[in-house]
Amino acid sequence: MSIARVNRMTPYMFMAPAAVIMAIALIYPLGYMIWGSFRAWDPSQTIGEAEFVGLKNYVTLWNDPNFRESLGVTLKFAFFVVTFELIIGVGLALLLDRNIRGMSLLRTMFILPMMIAPVVVGLMWRYMYHPTVGTFNRTLESLGLPSVDWLGSHALMSVIIADIWQWTPFIFILSLAALQSLPRSALEAARIDGATAWQQIWYIKLPLMMPVLIVTGLLRLIDAFKVLEVILVMTEGGPGLSTEILALRISRTATEFRELGVAAAMSNYLLMLLLILTLGMFAFQRIQEARAARIRAAAEEDV
Amino acid sequence: MSGAHKKQNSVFYVLIAVLVFMSVGPVLLMFVNSFKLDVDIIGGTTGLLFLPTIQNYETALCDILWYEPEHLDFCALKFGGSFINSLIIALISTGLTLVIGCMGAYALVRFRFMGRDTVSLTTLMVRMLPPAVLLVPVFGLWNNEFCLDKEGLIGGMIRESFGGRGDVCLAGTHSGIILIYVAMNLPFVIWILQSFIVQVPRSLEEAARVDGAGPFQVFFKVVLPLIKPGLAAAAIFTFRIAWNEYLLASALSDRDTKTVPILIVNNMSEFNVEWGVIMATGMLLAIPPIIFTLFASRQIITGMTAGAVKG
Repeated sequence: MSIARVNRMTPYMFMAPAAVIMAIALIYPLGYMIWGSFRAWDPSQTIGEAEFVGLKNYVTLWNDPNFRESLGVTLKFAFFVVTFELIIGVGLALLLDRNIRGMSLLRTMFILPMMIAPVVVGLMWRYMYHPTVGTFNRTLESLGLPSVDWLGSHALMSVIIADIWQWTPFIFILSLAALQSLPRSALEAARIDGATAWQQIWYIKLPLMMPVLIVTGLLRLIDAFKVLEVILVMTEGGPGLSTEILALRISRTATEFRELGVAAAMSNYLLMLLLILTLGMFAFQRIQEARAARIRAAAEEDV
Repeated sequence: MSGAHKKQNSVFYVLIAVLVFMSVGPVLLMFVNSFKLDVDIIGGTTGLLFLPTIQNYETALCDILWYEPEHLDFCALKFGGSFINSLIIALISTGLTLVIGCMGAYALVRFRFMGRDTVSLTTLMVRMLPPAVLLVPVFGLWNNEFCLDKEGLIGGMIRESFGGRGDVCLAGTHSGIILIYVAMNLPFVIWILQSFIVQVPRSLEEAARVDGAGPFQVFFKVVLPLIKPGLAAAAIFTFRIAWNEYLLASALSDRDTKTVPILIVNNMSEFNVEWGVIMATGMLLAIPPIIFTLFASRQIITGMTAGAVKG
């Protein structure tokens, strides 16, 4: 009797620690933030003491030109980063898709940039971009070319380049895995029919890789909205607001301007944006799975 | 024909060499510079013509060295202590996440607790959550709500034995930072582990149960040893996030619980950056991830591709 009860309780006992921790440290804080975003809240007050102001924080933000500029910078950053990384990553995967020895060693080298702390990545690039002692300007100088003001007038571009350096390998590795699991029969049929290399890529490989590519691209897009440390270390958002992405602006509003309510409202805007992307991705995966199942069922019926 | 083939191959290898140089180059540059004096870094003695010195590392770690470095009169940077903080936080949160995540994943798979969709949707949701979004609520909660009254029983005991003023709060303690890291990493760990647990044959567990093992024994003695590769992947990813994270740690730590990323950022925002010392610190921060990459790249790729391919 008691053994049966223990057995019935087991799943709950196994699940309980995880559920409790996530409730305390994820779900409750998120609710707390949504609640706080309707208040004029500064760090010295507890949330109960803060005055309820309704949607004021959201409206203020919407009309704030600095917030809009920051949003624009974030969208620009995300768009360029994902576009370039997809093009370069997929291009490299198509080029390097052959059996060479040492491929695993190569992959090891390529994942290195992703594993290192973002703070350190920012540190390395800030050094390389340094106007006088940095690697890039020194190289340009020794070639007799004019130096470039990397983190000044071209700050956004420089930040984008650093992100491309760090995350292109992610797309490269995923699309290489997708390429190598393509059905050999389709490629062989194309080759026998005399398709050129370009035609094979354009009409066979890319369409077959498309599901993986879309998911990878969306994952990168979501991650691009989370970037903070690299930019913080490289430019601190400057010059002006030219590289101040939303995540950075949230942290500055909370810690420097001490307006927790506004920062919470801004977090909610960012969260809504990401929620749309995530749900889109989830729906896409489900549709893909359903389609695959339908095709499989149809194939079985034919047999 | 074979000539063309060879030529194509050499172009191919040149391309690979360039790519490897591009991805590893910056790390090597930092490695080399961390052994240079600031004079050499700024003066521009290019290439490898310099006298390597470990002075930068001595400066960075001066507060935990057993001897006093000759070039220092005063130990201003306390990187050593923050390394210990980083290690404590990263190791404990990795351990906790793995244990709790394992149990959760096992319950989900074996007892059909919730649908697979729920789990993967939660994982995706948490994956999308930027740490910056958690900053405001975590700052508020950890400082105000998750506190023990100093007049109360436990709070009073802590205050008496450790000293200090005010209520006892989660903010400023190691456990406060650990709690948020565990919560952030749990969904991913549960999700990657369940894909490994599904592959453990049920008959094995039933055999153990017939021999009289309880559910906990089955879990620890039969299931755990079989999912070691999954555990490795999950451990590396959790450790990496806890070890590298800056924003939440900076909001939650006080003077004694600072982690290394915070010190690096603080020292970077000063007017005169001491490049040598800061690169030495950066190098020290980068060593654990580099070691993981060299020895467990297969598990890392498993973890990375699992997120995108399986959904």
